Amino acid sequence: MKELNLLIVDDEPGIRSGIKRILKSFTVGFPFMAEDFSFNLLEAETGEKALEFINNSNIDIILLDNKLPGIQGIEVLEYINKNNISTEVMMITSYASLDLAVKATNSGAYNFVPKPFTPQELKAAIEAITKHLYLKRMTMEMKKEDKKVKFQFLSVLSHELKSPINAVEGYLNIMKDKQAGNDISDYETMIDRALLRIKGMRSLIMDLLDLTKLESGPKQRHIQAVDLHEIAMLAINSVEPLANQRNIKIYLDADENIYYNSDSKEIEIIFNNLLSNAVKYNKPNGSVNISIKKSDKEIKIIVQDTGIGMTKDDISKLFHDFVRIKNIKTRDITGTGLGLSITKKMVELNNGDINVESIPDEGSTFTVRLPL
Amino acid sequence: MSEEKKLILIADDDIDYLFQLKIIIESFGYKTITAESQNETEKIIKEIKPDLAIFDLMMENQDSGFILSYKIKNKYPDVPVIISTAVTKETGIDFSSATGESSLIKADLYIEKGINKEKLKFEIQKLLSKK
Ligand SMILES: Nc1ncnc2c1ncn2[C@@H]1O[C@H](COP(=O)(O)OP(=O)(O)O)[C@@H](O)[C@H]1O
Ligand SMILES: [Mg+2]
Repeated sequence: MKELNLLIVDDEPGIRSGIKRILKSFTVGFPFMAEDFSFNLLEAETGEKALEFINNSNIDIILLDNKLPGIQGIEVLEYINKNNISTEVMMITSYASLDLAVKATNSGAYNFVPKPFTPQELKAAIEAITKHLYLKRMTMEMKKEDKKVKFQFLSVLSHELKSPINAVEGYLNIMKDKQAGNDISDYETMIDRALLRIKGMRSLIMDLLDLTKLESGPKQRHIQAVDLHEIAMLAINSVEPLANQRNIKIYLDADENIYYNSDSKEIEIIFNNLLSNAVKYNKPNGSVNISIKKSDKEIKIIVQDTGIGMTKDDISKLFHDFVRIKNIKTRDITGTGLGLSITKKMVELNNGDINVESIPDEGSTFTVRLPL
Repeated sequence: MSEEKKLILIADDDIDYLFQLKIIIESFGYKTITAESQNETEKIIKEIKPDLAIFDLMMENQDSGFILSYKIKNKYPDVPVIISTAVTKETGIDFSSATGESSLIKADLYIEKGINKEKLKFEIQKLLSKK
């Protein structure tokens, strides 16, 4: 439950206490809001007092009568506008002064409640303004924290998660209906495809775990001298099964004691992604050459393969979330399209850069440069 | 006299989903022709007029389905188009509102991915009978 400060500005005590009675235990909730809102009710009998409240505390919503003894409601409204105060105003006016109501909404009041009002009308008005306030603040938050990017990420992610589920479900339904015959062997390819899609989902989860590493922020980085040779060996070990299956040779050319100050997890992610790509997108009997070279100003990591390569056009799309190159050569290779984008983020976290050169059907070379 | 089987063009870059749609639609008694990309679909459209088309929304482009729908309707205005998508309501994009006479007609029907056989059969029959 979140409390909003609601200021009632009216010179008639009867109206103020009436409003208080109606809103005292009133709460507003919408399915899309994380929590319900209740109201902390404050009162002001003049415009001057209202300004005092506005200047000294955070008022979320103001119920504002226009006819006041000193300055008028509309002047309070203009003050709020001029000073860019983040508060929502609901005018209270009688039907007789509709002109004023129009003027008020033109000068930034959210809406008006006609006087006299029933408790239902007041509640409906407060509900609307609360929702409006909430959405407005949410949009501001989103802009501030770049949540929009995150939102877009999540919608693509849900797409990426749903696709394999749909595919596996589809195959299971076909089997259930025995649509391709009565013999289990009739379904062999479908079972293989379903397993492959599940494997793809698993790697998506692994990539998401790598991403959480980035989300956890700079405080969580454990900077230490990282042994690059050792990390390279670890990465080689983890792709070895796949490399052996396809008879791909991996060569490492590195001095044994090249150290780099970083978070070892980040360096692991960089090596793992480049290496697994170099094997995945390689050709049978191909090879992968890894070289780690240290100079005065930088460390250069080069991962070169003899694989399917990419066109210039393909390369221009790389390094963004969920980008995969779709063609006949890649159609049976599972992946998420997150690996290179994560890799790039890790490299940038270390103030380095990454680039790629590639020739279709000949191979690709990824070069990472980390400054010393 | 038996009627000629109707031809349905299906485009989807998820080869599994494409394969499944093909099997299911053929089990309804239609002929199918499939394409794995927007590009491939455009080539097919140049040569062949299907009786109905089902396009995945996101292929090479975020709006491949719309582009294809526009192109096929330009060439063969009477071919009904179904756009299938895995992007749904939760993400705040409401595609269904894009149907109807008033808006630019982009497709005749939007369906959410995940095959519901009965519904699909019904919708295809309905669209084919309108022609
Ligand atoms: N070494 C490589 N050789 C050829 N293509 C590659 C290579 N590395 C990456 N790619 C292409 O870039 C795309 C994006 O790679 P990545 O982000 O690692 O995602 P994933 O491997 O999960 O598809 C891949 O789908 C592939 O088409
Ligand atoms: Mg990868």
